[in-house]
Amino acid sequence: MKERLQSIKQEAITEIEAADTQKSLQDVRVQFLGKKGKITEVLKGMGKLSKEERPVIGQLANEVRDEITASIEEKADLLEKQAIEEQLKAETIDVTLPGRPTHTGGPHILMKTIRDIEDLFIGMGYEVAEGPEVETDYYNFEALNLPKGHPARDMQDSFYITEELLMRTHTSPVQARTLNAHEGRGPVKIICPGKVYRRDTDDATHSHQFTQIEGLYVDEHITMSDLKGTLNVLAKHLFGEDREIRLRPSFFPFTEPSVEMDISCKVCNGDGCSVCKHTGWIEILGAGLVHPNVLEMAGFDSKKYTGFAFGMGPERIAMLKYGIEDIRHFYTNDVRFLKQFHQV
Amino acid sequence: MLVSINWLKEYVDIEGIPTGELAEAITKTGVEVDGIHGPILDDEKIVVGYVEACEQHPNADKLNLCQVNVGEDELAQIVCGAPNVAQGQYVVAARPGARLPGGLKIKKAKLRGEASEGMICSLQELGVDEKFVPDHQKDGIFVFDEEVQIGEPACPLLNLDDQVLELDLTPNRADCLNMVGMAYEVAAIYNKELQLPSPTVTKADESSNDYIAVRIENKEMNPYYGAWIIKDLEVKSSPLWLRNRLISAGIRPINNLVDITNYVLLEYGQPLHAFDYDRFGSKEVVTRPAHEGETMTTLDGKERTLQPEHLLITNGEKPHALAGVMGGQDSEVQDDTTTILLEAAYFDPRTVRKASSQHNLRSEASARFEKGVDLTRVKEAAMRAAELYEELAGGTILGEMVEEGSTDREPVQITFERHEINERIGTELSIDQMNDILERLRLPYEQQGEQYTVTPPSRRNDLRILEDMVEEFARLYGYDHIPYTLPTGQSNKGGLTKRQRLTREVHAYLQKTGLNEALTYSLTTEEKSKHFVSPEIQTDQEAVKLMMPMTDLHSHLRLSVIPELLSSLQYNVARNQYNLGFYELGSVYLPNEGKDVLPREELRVAAAITGIWENHPWQGEKKPVDFFVLKGILEGLFNYFLKDEVIFEKANLDGLHPGRTALLKLNGETVGYIGQLHPFVQKDHDLDDTYVFDLNLEKVFNHVDETPDYEAITKYPAISQDLAFVVNAEITAKEIEDIIYEQGQPYLKTIRVFDVYQGEHMEEGKKSIAFNLTFQNNERTLKDDEVDELRERIIQKVKATYQAELRG
Ligand SMILES: [Zn+2]
Repeated sequence: MKERLQSIKQEAITEIEAADTQKSLQDVRVQFLGKKGKITEVLKGMGKLSKEERPVIGQLANEVRDEITASIEEKADLLEKQAIEEQLKAETIDVTLPGRPTHTGGPHILMKTIRDIEDLFIGMGYEVAEGPEVETDYYNFEALNLPKGHPARDMQDSFYITEELLMRTHTSPVQARTLNAHEGRGPVKIICPGKVYRRDTDDATHSHQFTQIEGLYVDEHITMSDLKGTLNVLAKHLFGEDREIRLRPSFFPFTEPSVEMDISCKVCNGDGCSVCKHTGWIEILGAGLVHPNVLEMAGFDSKKYTGFAFGMGPERIAMLKYGIEDIRHFYTNDVRFLKQFHQV
Repeated sequence: MLVSINWLKEYVDIEGIPTGELAEAITKTGVEVDGIHGPILDDEKIVVGYVEACEQHPNADKLNLCQVNVGEDELAQIVCGAPNVAQGQYVVAARPGARLPGGLKIKKAKLRGEASEGMICSLQELGVDEKFVPDHQKDGIFVFDEEVQIGEPACPLLNLDDQVLELDLTPNRADCLNMVGMAYEVAAIYNKELQLPSPTVTKADESSNDYIAVRIENKEMNPYYGAWIIKDLEVKSSPLWLRNRLISAGIRPINNLVDITNYVLLEYGQPLHAFDYDRFGSKEVVTRPAHEGETMTTLDGKERTLQPEHLLITNGEKPHALAGVMGGQDSEVQDDTTTILLEAAYFDPRTVRKASSQHNLRSEASARFEKGVDLTRVKEAAMRAAELYEELAGGTILGEMVEEGSTDREPVQITFERHEINERIGTELSIDQMNDILERLRLPYEQQGEQYTVTPPSRRNDLRILEDMVEEFARLYGYDHIPYTLPTGQSNKGGLTKRQRLTREVHAYLQKTGLNEALTYSLTTEEKSKHFVSPEIQTDQEAVKLMMPMTDLHSHLRLSVIPELLSSLQYNVARNQYNLGFYELGSVYLPNEGKDVLPREELRVAAAITGIWENHPWQGEKKPVDFFVLKGILEGLFNYFLKDEVIFEKANLDGLHPGRTALLKLNGETVGYIGQLHPFVQKDHDLDDTYVFDLNLEKVFNHVDETPDYEAITKYPAISQDLAFVVNAEITAKEIEDIIYEQGQPYLKTIRVFDVYQGEHMEEGKKSIAFNLTFQNNERTLKDDEVDELRERIIQKVKATYQAELRG
């Protein structure tokens, strides 16, 4: 029987080696180790053996079974590995093919510009104030030191709805409304973004609708130098740390003194080029100390309180920053235009 | 306003200051210089020549052979083709080596066999704008009509070497609308002396009173009127220096009588008018408001219809001028004029502005009257003109000017303390510094210790209050020298309101779903204002409209964003961009009852999508957008913000597909709609299937609860069950869900549709709809029989209500 077991072992090893699929390996397992397998068969004949021989043959049979089992398992691992390798090979893809497009929406560049400025001033303790786009003549003009008959409020320049109502021509009425609501008590620190409307024919540099963003700070002891410092922060935030600013006198009915702020031209660095009309400077915004009439009309004591205000056009800022050549792009919504600014 | 540097130099010493530097200093101190023009030409090789001889060119009919004395030892022979060249003329000769504007370089040349050493120039060839060239010289060379030095450089004589500043004046600085005012400004900036004219005239014994009387009917419209008679005038061309001055300011010289008034206008900012006295038709000037509907013909030949708000200069009977704006044809100065009635007046700025804007007659004169001329300078300006009439036109000045009204002005005093200035600028200006600034500005003031009283002269009519003085100190001290500080007051927290914060979140959410933010105009057409208005907005009223729209394209305020969004889609499709998803968040404007009542501005968000939504190009997947894509975006929005369920209720709205439209209902209230565009609308806009929604954000925001009740995550397991019913096809999922939800209480938590089937193996008009239900008890583990009982209740009720069959 010893010989029989040895030959079964040899036979098994040969067949294990020959097995090249999981299935044929399984057949080998059944053939040798199964309930009706060759080892079991041998063990069935154990009854004929002597008492002394039985344990010896029994042990040998166990050893042979273990060896065959080990060989089968080893082979099984090998076959599985091969199978996986083949599967992986079959599953190989061209990683250079394009991926599935996702939907990438994004903000409008004007709204992004406005939000950027809002956030800068929120960080400095300002609140965002909003107001109606259709305004009363009082808030749009009178409360801002533009009495009836003032040249700057020509009927020709505004879209009137009735004698007393019009599309607001600037976001300044929000300042007047907010001051009123504060009932003569400062501080008032607001930033006011919004849409405004003027009687202009739409062309590359004019739009009958555009946006503005204004700031107002009213408190005791507010100075022109505070305005200058604040505008400096704004200019550097918008256009870069290396930009210089300058203030020069201007005129707005609702501020006195009034100034305009220029930044040094980025294109020529102040040497003069066509972008800056050879002045080295580019006009960015208007500003000034709040006119005492505006403060008094809103119930503030102009001897006690002073304030500064500034206002700018996000369209102009975006056009300067990105070299956009036509203001109408902001309102035609060409996706090829809109998508260029999602990352900025 | 154009400011000639050469002219300015007559009043203030700015020799040696480069024009660019001067322009920047003026800009930084008060008046923006928008540009610097010139010099046109400044070439020493262009000189005065005297034509000693002129004969016809032997080989060319139309050419002349001129022997020109150019101040050198020998005469220069110059070939000249101008028809007006003649012996004895003083001309402008460009010598070899000279370069003319436009780049032409003069060389010695041979023309048809004859040597030519230069060129005799026309004004155009010298770079003078054609509109300033007198008619008789337009086709020929320029000839000096006064004595000039042979050989002297010609460019300065013609003022071609001048530079001109173009000012962009703000309305408050009317004082700089004249050369004297600019001289004050520049003298203040550079701390220089001023040399101003002080005109004097020889007055004849004869009195103007014998010729003219003045009567003012309305002192508010016309506070002052002076009339002066000047006789014995000779109409001729003005001298070159005067013509040069006018040209530098952009005014075309006419003749001496007209040019003098224009010159004084530029110098003093005081518009004057010269009437031909012999054509005036009476011995009385009467200024009065026009009668309703009265007409007069102005200098430009147009008949004007007038209103009582317009002021007329009349001879007591008929009008001779629209005051401050334009004279009339009948009394215009002509070549045979010998006696003028010189008008020097102050007209009310608003009166002049009404007349000039209503008749669209903006002139140098009206521009100045509108801003208010200097009352105290009216008479001096008249004196300056009289001086020039005497000097340049041989005029005899008849006695004193006949005056009516007054040039007195309410004196202005501004009193302040030094600290009030410094506190507003943020500086520490000393008394010396402040005194220096006031002196440079030539503002009369008194200083006692810290106390100042400034009495601004009438030329600085803009200075009225303390803050005006703050500006004077700030600008003369220099904005560049003001420090950079930040306010040091009490700190605020700043930030956004709930509505602003939620608005930002809506933007962020919609952008994440793949939509691009669009911006369209609020003003739309009347037609568009009527479409796609959400049903909860009362539409029986017309949209808010403008009184005077510029164009029909922007005449009405929008009631929905959708119409303009569709135009944006169409714009893109026309440019081969087909797969589009836009949203816009903004106001619509709801009319309110009553005149002069503000419309109600309602915050809405609208979206429009079209084209392919799911796309995997090389795997062949291309799924166009459908209703459920956009609905999914909306549901995501609602789930993000709201606890309350928004119900999509089948609806039929104008412009939308009747089978693919739903109202959005929040707590029973309509808050917007969603739907596919009606095929006709799609066709009108060249669009494929397009889906839109329009949502009232204010109503949504009102339901946002920013402090939700927290519910602990239960540790007890949920039980999931599937149920499929066969029902009539028109029964909606929502209708079945409502029953399931009601019957499934208290343990039913969620219902989800996971299959809808209609078609093969299904009876005609029926559909199968399958729901996945989850049951859960937060306190304990649910027993199977508890769930079975609920399930049975649900099945029975759905069967009974909708004649449904339970499937499989
Ligand atoms: Zn530049």
